[in-house]
Amino acid sequence: MTETLPTSRKSRRVRLADGTGPVLAVLAVLLVALAFAGPAYSEPAGYLALLKRAAPLMILAIGQYFVIVSGGFDLSVGSLVTAEVVIAARLIDGDEGATVWVIPLLLVTGALVGLVNGLITTRLLVPSFIVTLGMLLVLDGAVFLWTGGSPRGALSEAFRVVGREGFEVPLLGAVPWSVLLLAALVVAAVLFMRGGTGRMLVAIGDNETSVRLGGGRVERLRTLAFVLSGVSAAIAAILLGGFAGVSAQVGDGLEFRVITAVVLGGVVLGGGRGSVVAAMAGALTLEALFSLLNLLGVAGGLESAVQGVIIIAAVAYASVGRIPFRTRRST
Amino acid sequence: MVVTGLTDEAPLVRMRGIGKQFLGNAVLRDVDLDLRPGEVHALVGENGAGKSTLMKILAGVHRPDAGSVELGGSEVAFGSPREAQAAGISIVHQEFNLLGDRTVAENVYLGREPVRRGQVDRRRMEADTAELLDGLGERGISPRTPVRRLAVAQRQVVEIVKALSTDARVLAMDEPTAALADHEVELLYGLVKRLRERGIAILYVSHRLREVFDLSQRITVLKDGELVTSKATAELTPDQLVRHMVGRPLDALFPDRAAEPETGAVRLAVRGGGNARLAGIDLELRAGEIVGLAGLQGAGRSAVARAICGVDPFTTGTLELDGRPVTIGSPRAAIRHGIAFVTEDRKGDGLALRQSVRDNALLVRRAAFGRARGLGALDLAALLRSVTLVARGPDQEVRYLSGGNQQKVVLAKWLAVEPHVLVVDEPTRGIDVGAKKAVYDLLRGLARGGVAILMISSELPELIGMSDRVLVMHEGRLAGELPAGPSEEAVMTLATGHATVEAA
Repeated sequence: MTETLPTSRKSRRVRLADGTGPVLAVLAVLLVALAFAGPAYSEPAGYLALLKRAAPLMILAIGQYFVIVSGGFDLSVGSLVTAEVVIAARLIDGDEGATVWVIPLLLVTGALVGLVNGLITTRLLVPSFIVTLGMLLVLDGAVFLWTGGSPRGALSEAFRVVGREGFEVPLLGAVPWSVLLLAALVVAAVLFMRGGTGRMLVAIGDNETSVRLGGGRVERLRTLAFVLSGVSAAIAAILLGGFAGVSAQVGDGLEFRVITAVVLGGVVLGGGRGSVVAAMAGALTLEALFSLLNLLGVAGGLESAVQGVIIIAAVAYASVGRIPFRTRRST
Repeated sequence: MVVTGLTDEAPLVRMRGIGKQFLGNAVLRDVDLDLRPGEVHALVGENGAGKSTLMKILAGVHRPDAGSVELGGSEVAFGSPREAQAAGISIVHQEFNLLGDRTVAENVYLGREPVRRGQVDRRRMEADTAELLDGLGERGISPRTPVRRLAVAQRQVVEIVKALSTDARVLAMDEPTAALADHEVELLYGLVKRLRERGIAILYVSHRLREVFDLSQRITVLKDGELVTSKATAELTPDQLVRHMVGRPLDALFPDRAAEPETGAVRLAVRGGGNARLAGIDLELRAGEIVGLAGLQGAGRSAVARAICGVDPFTTGTLELDGRPVTIGSPRAAIRHGIAFVTEDRKGDGLALRQSVRDNALLVRRAAFGRARGLGALDLAALLRSVTLVARGPDQEVRYLSGGNQQKVVLAKWLAVEPHVLVVDEPTRGIDVGAKKAVYDLLRGLARGGVAILMISSELPELIGMSDRVLVMHEGRLAGELPAGPSEEAVMTLATGHATVEAA
């Protein structure tokens, strides 16, 4: 009978760690703290600006979630974002008309990089950690080779609209286009994760053999996760290019920031556990935390230290919470 | 069978009126248990009957809420397993807690290494371990062998030696044969006998009735946390024991076999099938019948299942489904042709343990068919009812279910794709009698519905009780076929290679 009643204190902690509970609680505290710390957060505009800043990381978090929940890592997204922005600037070079074909090209590039990551991981059986680390270095090198360190060209106004501008909504004021795009992607991601393919990704992270014996095409599904991560990097690059402008450092460190965000959202490294909404909430929480630190006048250099502490603490919390499961014995 | 050790001498352990509650649920109520030196006392009951809890109270893991435990005539109250161990009570766990890269001796003395001049006294540790192994007649295991290189049965021996190294007088064994192959079980029998001869009192928890009768001198049956009966083994028959455990006789466990008109056309036919592990496999499965596949461990039973289901496909020969030749090169191909495969290793191969009942039940459907192409709508609630699943709801994670209910989820996920051919490998391993009965009924019900079933089981009574025909394997080949209800001897004769041809 005991095994049907997992209601001991420890196992309840497990379920909290798995769900969106903790990260949402932390997020709520941060949002309230922001309101006290800065006058900008006394009205919706402040929070909309936060969302706008956080949108690229949240979109990256969706892609990274797919990879992590199916049991992998994607470390290449940061340099992919840089590469995409540099490519966009070079190809558009101020030509408004070029925007129309450059944006699809960027999405395809992102998908192709993901495809290469996925195929090498699943067909050549190189751990994704290594594959995407290699891809990170290759893209970094390629960008440097191509630009000599200072990217040339410029983005068109049309390209920058999504990352920069907004539209007027009564009561809320100017709602950034990026927030609207984010909302659409959230809905799409949630629907995808409720569907068969999404559930299969989680199942692969939990028990790959069961999916394989169940007739699932594990290699294809895992490759798909990398492709989606690549596409999410391309979308994030479009937002960041518009928001932050062209530089060869625009994506620096994003891979670690997004993994921190996803882990903060309670998604378990190694896969099989966690929700896409929690991963995005993790990204928003991280941005809110950095905004708060900024408002409190904490030096920017501390950001990476904070990130380091968070990633270790979040994984430790999830691991300790799982111990009762490992040592759990049936009657 | 001569009953030895069933003496009137004072019990070494005397548990009286033991009661235990977890979160207000009474798990044990007023249970008595005596363990005598040199006696194997079997503790049986369905999952959740309280066997493990009673064992854990004995071993100091839990404290009883009511009742007393006496050891050697004086009352004891252990605060931890370490205290129980110091008093001479050791537990041999179901899952092994051995370190693969450490030697046998290092494992036996893990955390209690003998020390000499500030260093681990390796020589003494190895000598002591060798002595303990010798005492059990296990000369085949060297104290210096890394545990990784040992067979499962030998690891079991190491676990037992580890327990004995603390000078245990009482050993509690929790499902000691769960991980063992058939021939390894024999080794365990010998070991248990030698432990008895040394005057050790053994509490033996097992689901396997045959072991209980082969090994024990006394049987205590628990049901829903209460003592049903405690009798000398000689005074009980398997039938009576099952009735005590579940309230119905053994024969009633197995549903009626298929009547002749119920078996229909040939659904699956293999001719000359072979691969690295198999040769010359010819078999036919008809709609409506359950065909048993017997054989010793390693004879290729699972290899046949894996070949039919595309996991390790046949490389020679032909395979026909409903009269049409097909090529099955992957599990996906097999499933899309209507072949389902309930694998032997429920947790390793079958279930995504951290996912919900729903996600597991829909796994094959989603994995093999995408958007349910070619399948009708699925009524999940009805599906779960049909396998008599007991869970808190479709959102419960399967790791929290009992073994029997987990197996029902595995069956549900295969039934969700409406198979024509069902291959089941050890479908009742490690589940309690009530759940076994449910699985038997379910399989027979499917056969009645026209499914052709190939069933593999190491438990001969089960295989014989369920099958309409029995195929027996020996060394990668089919050694022969037996009609419904063969004797265990007939099966074993074929399985051991003493006869190769048998008229069906």
